[in-house]
Amino acid sequence: MVTLKIDGKKVTVRKLSTILDAARKLDIPIPTLCHHPELSPYGGCRLCLVEIKGSPKPVASCTTFAKDGMEVITTSPHLEKLRRTTLELLLSDHPNDCMVCERAGDCKLQELAYFYGIRENRFIGERRSYKKIDNNPFINRDMEKCILCGQCVRVCNEIQGVGAIDFAYRGLKTVISPPFEKDLNCEFCGQCVAVCPTGALTGKMWANKGRQKFKEVETICPYCGCGCNITLHIRRNKVVRVSSKEDSINGGWLCAKGRFGFSFIDHPDRLKKPLIRIVPKNQEFDSSETKKQDLLKNFKEVEWDEALNYIVTKLKEIKDRHGADSIGGFSSARCTNEENYIFQKFMRAVIGTNNVDHCARY
Amino acid sequence: MEKNIIIKVCMGTGGVASGGEEVLEKFKEMITKSGLNVKIDTKCNAQKVGCRGFCSKDVLVDVIVDDVKTTYKHIKPDMVEKIFNEHIINGVPVNEWLAGSEYNDFHNKQTKVVLSHCGDIDPEDIDSYIAVGGYNAARKAILEMSSEEIVSIIKNSNLRGRGGAGFPTGLKWELGLRIKSDVKYVICNGDEGDPGAFMDRSVMEGDPHSVIEGMIICAKATQSNYGYIYVRAEYPLAVKRLQMGIDQCYTRGFLGQNIFGSDFSFDLKIFQGAGAFVCGEATALMRSIEGKRGMPSPKLWRSAERGLWEKPTVLNNVETFANVPKIILNGANWYRKLGTDRSGGTKVFSLSGKVKNTGLVEVPLGITLREIIYDIGGGIEGGKDFKAIQTGGPSGGCIPAELLDTEVDYESLAHAGSIMGSGGMVVLDENTCMVNTAKFFLEFTQAESCGKCTPCRIGTKRMLEILERITSGKGKEGDIELLEELGNHIRATSLCGLGMTAANPVLSTLKYFRDEYIAHIKEKKCPAAVCRDLITFTIIEEKCKGCGSCKRVCPSDAIRGTRKSPHRIDKELCIKCGSCFDACKFKAILKV
Ligand SMILES: Cc1cc2nc3c(=O)[nH]c(=O)nc-3n(C[C@H](O)[C@H](O)[C@H](O)COP(=O)(O)O)c2cc1C
Ligand code: SF4
Ligand code: SF4
Ligand code: FES
Repeated sequence: MVTLKIDGKKVTVRKLSTILDAARKLDIPIPTLCHHPELSPYGGCRLCLVEIKGSPKPVASCTTFAKDGMEVITTSPHLEKLRRTTLELLLSDHPNDCMVCERAGDCKLQELAYFYGIRENRFIGERRSYKKIDNNPFINRDMEKCILCGQCVRVCNEIQGVGAIDFAYRGLKTVISPPFEKDLNCEFCGQCVAVCPTGALTGKMWANKGRQKFKEVETICPYCGCGCNITLHIRRNKVVRVSSKEDSINGGWLCAKGRFGFSFIDHPDRLKKPLIRIVPKNQEFDSSETKKQDLLKNFKEVEWDEALNYIVTKLKEIKDRHGADSIGGFSSARCTNEENYIFQKFMRAVIGTNNVDHCARY
Repeated sequence: MEKNIIIKVCMGTGGVASGGEEVLEKFKEMITKSGLNVKIDTKCNAQKVGCRGFCSKDVLVDVIVDDVKTTYKHIKPDMVEKIFNEHIINGVPVNEWLAGSEYNDFHNKQTKVVLSHCGDIDPEDIDSYIAVGGYNAARKAILEMSSEEIVSIIKNSNLRGRGGAGFPTGLKWELGLRIKSDVKYVICNGDEGDPGAFMDRSVMEGDPHSVIEGMIICAKATQSNYGYIYVRAEYPLAVKRLQMGIDQCYTRGFLGQNIFGSDFSFDLKIFQGAGAFVCGEATALMRSIEGKRGMPSPKLWRSAERGLWEKPTVLNNVETFANVPKIILNGANWYRKLGTDRSGGTKVFSLSGKVKNTGLVEVPLGITLREIIYDIGGGIEGGKDFKAIQTGGPSGGCIPAELLDTEVDYESLAHAGSIMGSGGMVVLDENTCMVNTAKFFLEFTQAESCGKCTPCRIGTKRMLEILERITSGKGKEGDIELLEELGNHIRATSLCGLGMTAANPVLSTLKYFRDEYIAHIKEKKCPAAVCRDLITFTIIEEKCKGCGSCKRVCPSDAIRGTRKSPHRIDKELCIKCGSCFDACKFKAILKV
């Protein structure tokens, strides 16, 4: 453990903690744009600079280890001037079209510009401009808004292990790009969208669906047994976006289905009631017809009570006539552990057979 | 009577570019021919040797007859026959082609340690290196010395990193030795990205074995078994000669398992870089070897703790390594005494710009800028006045005449607002516009910024835009202050050395040549008459003879006038190319 003083307050942190970690422990705010606690240290935005007593130059707190006896100052007129100038530089290469930006109100750059009250910019000059190649179904990439914090590159490499994007070119022309500047062609997990501090990466599914008056509902992702925590962003009783919080069991990371696969919720084809087959047993029905109207030619919609009673009657009949071992049960890895546990219990204790399995095995 | 004759043809990059290969071929041809026709008892061989520094006089040829050396300059293949017949066969040197006194002045003030063999030995032949004592130091280090002893000699020698930052080499090695790990690396930084620099290139091409030997000694000192030489792919001759050197060492047992018969092993490989300036920065270089994009990493760990592939790594510059064998052989004291209290030894510089003698120079640290420019460089070309010397490559500063007695070492140059860098020295004369010079260097650094950090990526671009505005006559009140603020901001907040030093050319010229900036902004004038948008060409009526030379060369038909009467330049049409100015024999055209 090491003990240091930040803005006069003593704090003790584990060895190999950064000054930023220590400051966050004390709840002292230091502006950051490129830091992410789960990603490798980067030190690119240069906003988190702090002064250390006895050191000639300010250092980046996100990439400097806290040392015993260090005395750190996180704010001073000099530091605030440096941060302000850095922000001014970032904004001089930014479209400043917050009015129509998807992330307005939820953008780290905008928030800092607001705190530092930056209206005029002394450094107006050439801005990067790009031709958009964005035919993928999920992610809007507006690289003119990118501040090159590198979080998307790191999350893709270090968390997802995909490496679909990296830096290209040098100097002001530097840009984050898929290989050969082609269209994004990856797993579409959307982790990059989740970490991007600006409007550079946004989800196509929630584009122009509103920025205010959202209700947030915490729930569990229905797709698999991992049980990732998700937050539904609901406006006018519709789920517009799915996100996940950093302090959740899944660390805020989601997969493509969890993040983008929610359009089934309001889909007209979605089955909301149980169906019982009405086409006689020895008569084939055309399984290529998948629209709900077509399905209903072969099935009838019933209430849950009726469906469950039907199942109970049929199972009893079979068991009476052929014995318990003539029944087998399959569940799914997409169910939770608890659901799978109950299912095998049901098969063994109620039906009375060991014929139970699912795709990831009991 | 048997005479011992050796002919040495400069085959450094400058030599090859000026036709060294052809000159060598011609000599070889003459030897074979004379061997058949003329029956004189002569033992004669022609060798290729590496760069000897005096590139403005290439191709240089040494003719050594029984240890008497004569040097010829500017030799072309068609001159070989005369030299051969008169000097080699008849024993009378061809006086009019001799390199003469400037060649001797150029060399006399220099102290050659790193370059001592460059230009004398055949870089492609390990025996040529061994004949001048090569690999004795490595053998001694491997067989007779402990790692601690080597480290202590290097520490006492006061050798400091020649790659620019001047970090004490002994301290770096000591840390490298102290950290325990099953795998450790030694890396030689031969990226040399500064435009116009060719110090490291000359060593790698002219004396590659000295670099390899230095690395072997470092490997023993730090107990590392693996090494890389990182050379930019644009140096094909360096790559070729280093690879030949490595192969020869493997054959002799100087590299590989159990080197020199000891139980120590060291494997060495070349890695070719793709030529980004920033890849010369140590951490970016290591990422590049790892196959990643060359971007500097924050210094959470020292490279000696976690470097290449997270393993302890000692990285030094080419010239740093090339010094090591000599220090081991001649002792720490010898080396330390060559330099100043703070930095031992010598440093190689590439002297270029408006001096008479350009080329590579190796001088003891502590020598003054004046001595380099006037004694070695022979003073300013064309009898013009000295204005400034830009040291340290594109991120160095400009030092004015008042400070010509500044001693050349890391601290003094930094104090004068510049840096030692890797050793570039560009001499600027009175016809240089300092604002334009600053802009020129900044153009390079801003384009080479890796793009990682905000101040360097955007800040240098904004500085460049301000300079462009000033040099094109659109400078505004407050621009100087804005440049100064931005320059200091970038210096204080950038992540790596590129950004930290990028503003040096601007900040140093603002300090020493501020009036030139003011003239550009307030009077819309370029005092040195360089910035195109700020100069005008006018014909002085009294001097114009009406010869029409200017009219004929003007590409935009801007000059009017009839023969034998004064001509005039139409300012609307003039594109300020300066062709007329150069064409007028009567100096009748005024450029202001
Ligand atoms: C932008 C940049 C470019 C550099 N380029 C080189 C280079 O081309 N060659 C070199 O030896 N060092 C270069 N350096 C310095 C290296 O980072 C490193 O300090 C040096 O190679 C260490 O070796 P030394 O201690 O022997 O000098 C560069 C540094 C920066 C910041
Ligand atoms: S796209 Fe977003 S996350 Fe990626 S570098 Fe740019 S600002 Fe950062
Ligand atoms: S200072 Fe420039 S070159 Fe160095 S890390 Fe920052 S952007 Fe890259
Ligand atoms: S948060 Fe530290 S440099 Fe960006």
